Amino acid sequence: MSTQVPETQEAEPEAEEQAPSKGDQRRAERRRKAAAREQERQEEAAERAKEAEDTVELKVFRYDPEVPEKEKPRFDSFHVPFEKGMTVLDALMYARDTYDSSLTFRHSCRQAICGSDALFVNGRQRLGCKTQLSDLDEPVRVEPLPHQEVVKDLVVDMEHFYDQMEAVEPYFQTNELPDGELDEQRQTRENREKIKMSTRCIWCGACMSSCNIAAGDNQYLGPAAINKAYRFAMDEREGEDIKQQRLEIIEQEHGVWRCQTQFSCTEVCPKDIPLTEHIQELKREAVKNNLKFW
Amino acid sequence: MYEHDVIVVGAGGAGLRAAIAAQEEGADVAIVTKLHPVRSHTGAAEGGINAALREGDSWKDHAYDTMKGSDYLGDAPAVETLCKESPRETMQLEHWGMAFSRDEDGRVSQRPFGGLSFPRTTYAGAETGHQLLHTMYEQLVKRGIEVYDEWYATRLAVSDEERPEDRRCHGVVAYDIQSGEIAGFRARKGVVLATGGPGQVYDHTTNAVSNTGDGVAMAYRAGAPIEDMEFIQFHPTTLPSTGVLISEGVRGEGGILYNENGERFMYEHGYANNAGELASRDVVSRAELTEVNQGRGIEDEYVHLDMRHLGEERIIDRLENILHLAEDFEGVDGLEEPMPVKPGQHYAMGGVETDENGETCITGLYAAGECACASVHGANRLGGNALPELIVFGKRAGQHAAGRDLGTARIETGKRGEYEVGEVDTPVQPGEVGGPGDVAADGGTAPDGGATAELTPDECVERAVTDERTRVDALMSREGTNHATIRAKVQKSMTRFVNVFREEDGLKQALRDIREAREAYQDVAVSDPSRTFNTDLIQTIETRNILDLAEAITLGALVRDEFRGAHWRAEHQERKDENWLKHTMLSWNEGTPEVWFRPVILEGEDKTYEPKIRSY
Repeated sequence: MSTQVPETQEAEPEAEEQAPSKGDQRRAERRRKAAAREQERQEEAAERAKEAEDTVELKVFRYDPEVPEKEKPRFDSFHVPFEKGMTVLDALMYARDTYDSSLTFRHSCRQAICGSDALFVNGRQRLGCKTQLSDLDEPVRVEPLPHQEVVKDLVVDMEHFYDQMEAVEPYFQTNELPDGELDEQRQTRENREKIKMSTRCIWCGACMSSCNIAAGDNQYLGPAAINKAYRFAMDEREGEDIKQQRLEIIEQEHGVWRCQTQFSCTEVCPKDIPLTEHIQELKREAVKNNLKFW
Repeated sequence: MYEHDVIVVGAGGAGLRAAIAAQEEGADVAIVTKLHPVRSHTGAAEGGINAALREGDSWKDHAYDTMKGSDYLGDAPAVETLCKESPRETMQLEHWGMAFSRDEDGRVSQRPFGGLSFPRTTYAGAETGHQLLHTMYEQLVKRGIEVYDEWYATRLAVSDEERPEDRRCHGVVAYDIQSGEIAGFRARKGVVLATGGPGQVYDHTTNAVSNTGDGVAMAYRAGAPIEDMEFIQFHPTTLPSTGVLISEGVRGEGGILYNENGERFMYEHGYANNAGELASRDVVSRAELTEVNQGRGIEDEYVHLDMRHLGEERIIDRLENILHLAEDFEGVDGLEEPMPVKPGQHYAMGGVETDENGETCITGLYAAGECACASVHGANRLGGNALPELIVFGKRAGQHAAGRDLGTARIETGKRGEYEVGEVDTPVQPGEVGGPGDVAADGGTAPDGGATAELTPDECVERAVTDERTRVDALMSREGTNHATIRAKVQKSMTRFVNVFREEDGLKQALRDIREAREAYQDVAVSDPSRTFNTDLIQTIETRNILDLAEAITLGALVRDEFRGAHWRAEHQERKDENWLKHTMLSWNEGTPEVWFRPVILEGEDKTYEPKIRSY
């Protein structure tokens, strides 16, 4: 595979309909030169990358519904000079800034907290920013998260994921706030410890994408949303009545009982949240809860 | 056109708090954000929230520490508002269920932080920002507040009276990232900017890639003055390879800094004989770079931060996140080895000038959070003071925008009251370089040069939409330079010349580089022709904002010929209170930055904060 460079830009500007003014001509000339410089720069970078001793080949999924040449999904190869400590996200940014500015992916914090850049890298859901290239076999295959609709290149539609997150009433509810506005609700260290891992979710969607059940059942709440429910159901500061209500949500037809404990969510979670365990614990809570009424 | 009472731009801590507050006042409020709210950079904050909650502490002590930390460039009315309201706002978060770290008795934990006379930093492990952001987003969901996510606000719709103080903001123009639609958002009551900081002006920063200072740049070009832009905080402990932040909490818990010789240099080389590692951030950053410059750095680049002696249990309990960061981004096991650290751009003390109610001099335009300058941080922000700023001023801006009477602010905005005209000797003409589709005057002047004060609010928004469509069409239809080259040039120059240490020649060189980048930007072009999720276009627009803010930071740094807080000047090694107890203001006057000054307000509610030597 050769290094991907953008298609050759037209050398001649389009003929203008009306006689251009001198100023227009100068501007057009300047732009033509800028475009030529840009082209040269990209070609040089491609050459450098080829010559560099240590390069990594990325095979990146491409798709754009609006651009005729890119309507049909394909993979592009990019050769990126490797430096120690380089992540998949660094490599994607290098490819975009150097070879093809239309290469599209979400990213922001590049420190594993914003959850924007969950990708399917070498067949596994990972955050681009916290995956070291040195840990991967070449060529590094970068694809959008499976089981989600692709908007463009590596960007997937997250709406369904957000809808499922919001379906579990993901907000603290209690009727028992202390009287004073400066008084806190007490919470034991043990209880905070119990919910701690569940509060670390960054909504990246890796778990949902890895889940076979979610792939087959569009209504299944999914590991992230159930974990969110766990975060509140296990918080001792919420009262018993609301816990009851929460268990009803997670016990519904497309709730916890759909989980078949395949552990794929737990395996891919970039924040090490024991998702499968949380789902099992809620199943047990649900059973205990029902027993009370028999 | 979309229409709401209050439009909040940005969905980090300040934006979410503003939206909740506006809704509680009965306003129909919507958020426009270029990310989804949970992706906002507030989530990356680690340390904590300063709030005087405990016996033995008081808001007055917090205010004193903040004024001292600011090197007497904070405005007392804003600082006192912050410190008085922080306890109630922090407890509000607790009542919304935020998972704070807890003491044995079940109360929220507090810990020591740099520059504080009491351990008043309330925290949730080393992930306080993440917990705060998610807790507030949950409340947004609960209230059903409308969010236009992945909509990038690119221009304000402001009427164009000659004096900014007479103008009115009627809304914003935003770009739907998913579809490419450009639309107007009319705000019947007010627009709150909460777009965060401009960290991407630098190439070594703890800030997210999305932190391009959009709100500050938009407000600046629409006529709102920007304040104290030269004061950029460099955090002393960032990972050398990426700029990822290692919380001040590590030093708060007892982490120690060593140089290559294994010396505890904060003490052994006399940088801060009392506070040591817990001196203020500017002091520690300079100490580290001095060690490196004098040949005592490791690999001539960084120093070591050691937390091994704290023990595994304490580290896991309070700093677990740091272990993951050090391992994932630097390949270092913090339990076994010291972590490499060096200073990196972290926070902008300056921003859009506001009063203590979050209001700018343009009627109906508000700013809160890092994009605003109230000013509570003056020349240097204390660790743990950014998060209370978000919630306190986010709330106030939201309330005021929705129409609540918060009383008359003591801080005056715009060219009102006492101010002084300034001059700066620049090697090149700063400011706009004309070009097609430029945004020299976001809503400032009508295209035909005529007055448009007669326009209805709807027409004002429509006009801004038309201007923005013209700009975007121009960017997309021509051929030319890629924004990435221009952005990289500015970032490199800023990191080299407008960093922790600043010299006059370097600052002038930075201005020349920025001018060259401006000229190159005349030919900037978007090569991706798609209207779907065109990040090339977004980054091209962002780059324009980076240019304007880089210039503002450098101009401010050049004009302030003294050493105060985070602003160090080689030629001026002392704080000059007789000349410089004043804010550096910049106004965008038809494309030319105009420098002027406003005196700092040191008179508090019942005391005046007398400037003292700032030692730690």
